[in-house]
Amino acid sequence: MSQNGKPKVATTSLAGCFGCHMSLLDIDDRILKLVELVDFDKSPVDDIKEFTGRCAVGLIEGGCCNEENVRVLRDFRAHCDILIAVGDCATMGGIPALRNNIPLQECYDEAYRNGPTVYNPSGRIPDDPELPLLLNRVYPIQEVVKIDYFLPGCPPPADTLWAALTALLGNQPVQLPYGLLKYD
Amino acid sequence: MSATVEFTIDGKEIPAQPGQTILEAAQQAGVYIPRLCWCKGLVPHGSCRVCTVLVNGRPQAACTQPVAPGVVVENNTEKVTALRRNIIEMLFVEGNHFCMFCEKSGNCELQALAYRFGITAPKYPYLFPQRDVDASHPDVLLDRNRCILCGRCVRASRDVDGKHVFDFVGRGPHKRIAVNAAARLAETDLKVADKAVEVCPVGAILKKRVGYAVPVGQRQYDQQPIGSDIEAAPAGGR
Repeated sequence: MSQNGKPKVATTSLAGCFGCHMSLLDIDDRILKLVELVDFDKSPVDDIKEFTGRCAVGLIEGGCCNEENVRVLRDFRAHCDILIAVGDCATMGGIPALRNNIPLQECYDEAYRNGPTVYNPSGRIPDDPELPLLLNRVYPIQEVVKIDYFLPGCPPPADTLWAALTALLGNQPVQLPYGLLKYD
Repeated sequence: MSATVEFTIDGKEIPAQPGQTILEAAQQAGVYIPRLCWCKGLVPHGSCRVCTVLVNGRPQAACTQPVAPGVVVENNTEKVTALRRNIIEMLFVEGNHFCMFCEKSGNCELQALAYRFGITAPKYPYLFPQRDVDASHPDVLLDRNRCILCGRCVRASRDVDGKHVFDFVGRGPHKRIAVNAAARLAETDLKVADKAVEVCPVGAILKKRVGYAVPVGQRQYDQQPIGSDIEAAPAGGR
């Protein structure tokens, strides 16, 4: 909770495309109500990079494709009372998980050596220590930490995000009417 | 239409003719029993087990189990629904179901059942199996990533089209849908207008060049849950 007594919300995009964050912005003028209800902590919305304290709700977009994703996800679990998987990538891996039945080396070779638009005379695969290592496959986030709620969709409709957030902030269970639960 | 057999589903009296299955009798009386491998006009297969009901306490596939006088059937109860949810969730994790770009999304019976049961995420870990795609046919795509092995195409091709284009090969986790050709779907006599193409409940067998024709919001299961047409129809109307 922040000093003004509002609950705090943190958000992040792991192996995602930020489409789910776009859907959050798509709640239109309700975003004014949202900032009355909550303060944002670590989130691309306000560009806070690290947690400043305990958060009521953490929204996770994207699955885990590298070690950095795992670190951030565990950080969210440690700082948030409720973690919500937002979108299909968080829930089932999504588009990044299309690589899951292709060996990692083949993925690297296609991206940095053999791809039709690749120019890389040295044939070197980027290996700067700053770059997070890729995991063997993309993991849905519930296979890495405990997740409390799932809002599937690509992206989840803005109304779905709004319905879930307002329910949780009002201490109500999340119940999505038919039409707000979507996998596409 | 003289009903000569009476039994109950969740306490409701259901009239039926002898020889009908529980699923048919229920449907006629406006009671929806969720199903996947069952398809109107095809011989019941009883393989997906989504239509499992408790008949006098014993689990039976409603699509193959004939009606019997006085039996007590449980359909829409917590126990049966939990069982069906688990089956749907297992079907999702054991294939590669990427709804976000699938042409069948919104018209898919597997997805629609998951919506109806309110499944937000399966409780099982995803398997991401290695499956292949056969895009050789000029008008039809076969994507085994999405196949749930319901066998509708097998039955439709054999019994309705009279061609026997599809069949199962392998057992257990290795079971897959195969085509009756040396290698590819293009070498069979499958035609795009065949019943076998039409009956696929998921996006495993698709007509080419007609995808995404219906906008989001107007697709079959966008507004109404699967089965609501059966529940809305007056008894005896089907």
